[in-house]
This record gives sequence, C-alpha cells and structure tokens, in this order.
Amino acid sequence: MLKTFPKGGVHPPENKITADIPIEYLPLPESVTIPLSQHIGTPSIPAVNKGDSVKTGQVIATGKGFVSANIHSSVSGKVNRIDVVLDSTGYKQMAVFINVEGDEWISTIDRSKVINRDIKLSSEEIIKRCFESGIVGLGGATFPSHVKLTVPSGKKCEILIINGVECEPYLTSDHRLMLEKGEEILTGVSILMKALKVEKALIGIENNKPDAIAHMTKLASTFKGMTVYPLKVKYPQGAEKQLIKALTGREVPSGHLPLDVGAVVHNVGTAFAVYEAVQKNKPLFERVVTITGKSLSKPGNYMVRTGTPLSRLIEAAGGLPDDTGKIINGGPMMGKAVANIDVPVVKGMSGVVLVPREESVRNEIKPCIRCAKCISVCPVNLEPYLLMTLSEKGLFERAEKERITDCMECGCCSFTCPASRPLLDYIRLGKSSVIKMVRERNLK
Amino acid sequence: MSSTVLITIFSLSLLALVSAVILYFIAQKFKIYEDPRIDEVQALLPAANCGGCGFAGCRNMAEALVKADNFEGLTCPVGGASVMAEAARILGKVAPVIDPTVAVLLCNGSPEFRPRTSQYDGASDCRISHSLYLGETDCSYGCMGRGDCERACAFDALHMDPATGLPVISDDKCVSCGACVKVCPRHLIELRKKAKKDRKIYVACSNCDKGGPARKACNVACIGCSKCYKVCEFDAITIKDNLAYIDAKKCTFCRKCPTECPTNAIIELNFPPRKPKLEVQAETVNG
Repeated sequence: MLKTFPKGGVHPPENKITADIPIEYLPLPESVTIPLSQHIGTPSIPAVNKGDSVKTGQVIATGKGFVSANIHSSVSGKVNRIDVVLDSTGYKQMAVFINVEGDEWISTIDRSKVINRDIKLSSEEIIKRCFESGIVGLGGATFPSHVKLTVPSGKKCEILIINGVECEPYLTSDHRLMLEKGEEILTGVSILMKALKVEKALIGIENNKPDAIAHMTKLASTFKGMTVYPLKVKYPQGAEKQLIKALTGREVPSGHLPLDVGAVVHNVGTAFAVYEAVQKNKPLFERVVTITGKSLSKPGNYMVRTGTPLSRLIEAAGGLPDDTGKIINGGPMMGKAVANIDVPVVKGMSGVVLVPREESVRNEIKPCIRCAKCISVCPVNLEPYLLMTLSEKGLFERAEKERITDCMECGCCSFTCPASRPLLDYIRLGKSSVIKMVRERNLK
Repeated sequence: MSSTVLITIFSLSLLALVSAVILYFIAQKFKIYEDPRIDEVQALLPAANCGGCGFAGCRNMAEALVKADNFEGLTCPVGGASVMAEAARILGKVAPVIDPTVAVLLCNGSPEFRPRTSQYDGASDCRISHSLYLGETDCSYGCMGRGDCERACAFDALHMDPATGLPVISDDKCVSCGACVKVCPRHLIELRKKAKKDRKIYVACSNCDKGGPARKACNVACIGCSKCYKVCEFDAITIKDNLAYIDAKKCTFCRKCPTECPTNAIIELNFPPRKPKLEVQAETVNG
C-alpha cells in the first residue's frame, strides 16, 4: 500500500508531456533583467551601479535582514541600468538590467563536472554558504533556505524530507533533474542533513515517475540514512504539510510550522542548488524550467539563467502558438497567468504552461448547489463554500474563526466545483484581508 | 362550573399582581437613564445607516453628537449642513461649516482611450482582479471596471456604464457617504467640494508613471508635464509623482488648465460652451 495524505485532494489530468525530454541549456540572451525580489521576504539591496562590469555569479544585490536572499548576476556584461520592470503580475518592481558580453564566470566557481561527495564545511558554514549563494526554495514558494536550515533553540529537527513529488500537472523540471542529476541531488541532501544535524532523510516521489523512483532508490542505497518512498499520485501531495503527513504520519497543527513536528522539507531542486553552492561554490543563478503546452511544437525542459525574458524561452520551444489563451507561470493548479511575455525568468519559476484558448476560458459561474464537494477535497479540512461567502460579504472576523489562514491556495475546491464557482479567488481575498486585519490588531 | 371560572380569574389576577410588583422593582433596580435628546437627534438624521460619518449607524452618531462637547469632526455627509444645523439647535451647540462634497472618479480610461491588452475572466470583483494583476489594460492605476463601487453604493448614485466600463456618478443622488471611496482597491474615487451648478474641473487620472509609459497605456493619462501647474494663477495645482492634482478648495474655475492639458486629462463638466477666447478672459476677470 503506497503512502499518501489521508484527507482531500484531487486527480487532475497529468499531461506530463515533457517527462522524457532531457534538460537543454538555453542560449544566453542579449540582455537580462534580474528582479531584486525573487524570494519571500525583504527585497534585496542593489550592490552594483549603472555602468559596472559584472561577471557570471557575482553578487549584484545583497539580502537585507534575516528573511532575504542575495541575488547574483546570471551573465557577464555591463549593468545597463537599475530601473523598474513589470513582473509577471504586471506590477512594477526594481530590477538590474545587464547587457550580456561573453560568459565569463567568477573564478571561485568550480566548473568541473566531477561529483564531489566529500562535505568539508561545518553545519554553520553550510548555512552561511546557502545565504551567500542566494539559495531559496525552488519548489515555487522561494522561501530563503538558510532560514529553514537555522533551527531555533528549543526546537529539534529529527527528519529531513525531500520533496520530489512534483504533483502539479504538466511540470517535469524536478523529474528530469532527479533523472539527470540524481547523485548531485543526494549529495545535496547529505549536505542539508549535516546542516540540520539529522540522521534520517525521507525522499518522497509520486508513483507516476517510476524511472525517477528506481534511479533515486538505487543511488540512495550508496548514501547514509536516506530512503526513497514512492507515493500514491494525488494533488496536492507536494504541499509541505501534506507531504509530512504522507511520509511520517505526523500532522502539523494549524498555525504551526513543520519544525514543530520535527521535520524540515526541502525540494529536490533546492537540494541540487545547495550541492552546487557548497561543493562547487556556484551561487543560484540558473534553474530548470519546464516549458510546455499542448500546442507547443517543441516543449521541453531548459536550464535557464535568471533574468532571461520569457519570450526567449517560448522562442526556444518553437514560438508562441496561435491558439494560446493563457500563459501560466507555474503549474496549472497554483500558477498565475502572466500579463506579458517579456517578464524575466526568476528563481521561483518552475514551469511555464501555454494553455490553448478553448481550455483557458473559465466556465460560467452558477449558484452553489451545496453538494459539499469542495469540503471533501479540501486537504486542510476547511469549508471553502463558506469561506467564499464570508469573504464576499466582508465578514472577516468570522472567516478568521473558520481558519481561513490555514488555506494553502491549492485550488482543489475551485477545480472540483461543479458550479464553476471562483472559490479560491474569494478565499485568497479573504485570507489576505484577514492577515492584514490580524497584523493591524497586533500593532495596537 | 362557575367556581372553576372564579378560581381561574382569581389565581391569574394574583399571579399578574405579584409579577407586576416584581417587575416594577426590577425595572427600578436596573433602570438606565438615556438622554431623551438622543432620540430627538436620531429622528433628524437620515436613517440611511451608511456609515459615512464613521459610526456604525445613525443611532451611534446621535449618541456621539449628544455626548460631544463640540461638533468638530462630526458630520453627517448625507444630511449635510441643514441636518447638522438642526442638531446643533437642539443640543445648543455650534454647527461647523461644511462644504458639501460629491464623489468623482479619477480615471477616464474607457476602451476608446485605454486599449485592452489582456482579458480577465476571473471572479468579477475589483479587489480580486487588483490583487492578481494589473488589470486588462497596461495601466496599473486605473479603473478595472468590475463594479465594487456600484455594489457598495446604498443610494443608487453610482452605475457602471457598459460602454466605457467606468462607473458614472449621479451628482443629484450622491450623498458623499464615502462607501465607494473605501471599497475601491485603487483609491480612484475622491470626494470633492461641490460647486455651484455642479461644475467640476479635475484631473481624471491617477497614473503615477512617467509620461512615456503612462501615455502608452492610456491616451488621456496625466503625463505630469506641469503645463497646468504653470498656467494656474491660484496655486491650486500641485504635481506629485508625475501626477497633477487640482485642489477643489483653491480652484476658481477659470478654465485655463483644461485647454492647456496636452492629453485632455483635465476634465471640465457642466460649464456653458466656451466662447471665443477674448470673451472668456473678460468673463474670468469679472467673475
């Protein structure tokens, strides 16, 4: 019997079109735009000026405060300007514009292909290196990794959980990474284990990736303390709390962190980035992005430098199909449509899905028929229909009591609703309003 | 038979009497004194319970008025000066002078001027659309036309125009309660001082971008060129973040700035048609 989380979840069509396509390196663009906020937390402070020459891997912005991350140049060239850029939502944020000249890496990066399993750094040095290298959670949430690796006094981490679930339909970047960089990932896992001072690491992979499970299981036997667990396919298994429940049976209580049940979760992509940062001294400036869609002529998995315009990636994948209705940053379940195709690729962009027009249009909204499907699929035991109504009517105190802030925005409710009600849209609105309300109350 | 009736009447009367005595003492014990003037003032107020005064409803406003030492900061925008004066008479206080205001929309981005660059098919709610992305046009400051203000208006004063996708405010019905001002996620509605014959001159734009991007997104955007600022003789215009603002309290309706604006971002409403140039100047001097 395969493991999975007990309550809720849905089974969207998988559509993993690009699962068998190896990772390709995307050619360098003429210029890159590197946003200064590619992580959760305080935006970074630019460390270069207009006209400066930068090398690949050089720090161009430093993290401000604890929950922040360094940002590195992904190319070598001249800083054109530091100006506002439109991010994927169309709103402005600050970014460093660099004109590409050649590809000269900073000398400290070890560019050899040799896999080095011997970890020389101590726990504290690893955490420091993660901060310096700008490592953030590459599953999509982009939470700075050094924060997750720093265990506060009084708490104890017992298990490291590695997320190779990739439960979003279409996306295959983690899948390909596991197949092609398995040993690096597992070395990264042992580095994370050393940083957290744990003896045990559980690697969860959904059963729709049998090749990755076989490959990782074989490799894991050569490492100490690692076990690979195949998991039953169910969305949203890749969510932190659901994965912990599936693998360990421990439930993270409402309002608590995974560390409260002794677990820390990292993505396989993050483990790979940690390996490169610690063993090769290579900061995070490129990542695997899946570009996919039913009408694309050449969908694939590309290793892309951050700051590359999305349009370049679409070009490499065979150009924008005529019937494109929406371009989604992320997977189709949790991703958001982008406002224009010139947005830069950022650390948190795990995939881009080009949805054909007829599939992208939402159905007509009909009245709620009280079928309670949304309640049965909610993995965190909420009542989505009620939360939607409360948010719509502005009854935020009541919404807070109904634990709206526990919602992780997985979208199972909207996916399953037979009346096509925009449940998640309203819950997001209510959630942000409740968070704002609570913050204001705490200030008083 | 008759004795049963008598016993019933007697026992019930006794019960009623005892209850009445108990209730009388309880009423005495838990008596709450309420200023009778609260009822009087409440009767004056419009009973719209719109919250425009900042209180939960008219009763709370009446209580606040009776309690207050002076009327500073207390106004009923719906009732206006006459209601406040009447309340002041009852309570023996001085009503402050209130300039009546009316809601105006600081955006003129109809599809004709502001081309649609994407299509939004999510929940029809401005707050949701605003939190998701910049909207269907390239202007991240302008009206998204999902009608939150229309739903918030309790006075039927605000309706979405399907042709322009913008709300149209009826000056006669607007009581300037401020419900639409609060609900608009992009803060596009302003309560401006009402002028005679509902005349208005204001910058119908909220775009803080530099001239280039602003103009690219919308033909009638304020580009912050300062032309209006230079032509204004009354210090009524300020430029902040590439956006001009006309102070309604200082504006004398000289009508110089609207013609000066290169993008027609300054709107003049309810004025007689312009006369040939010389006469306009003469009229300004006289009036």
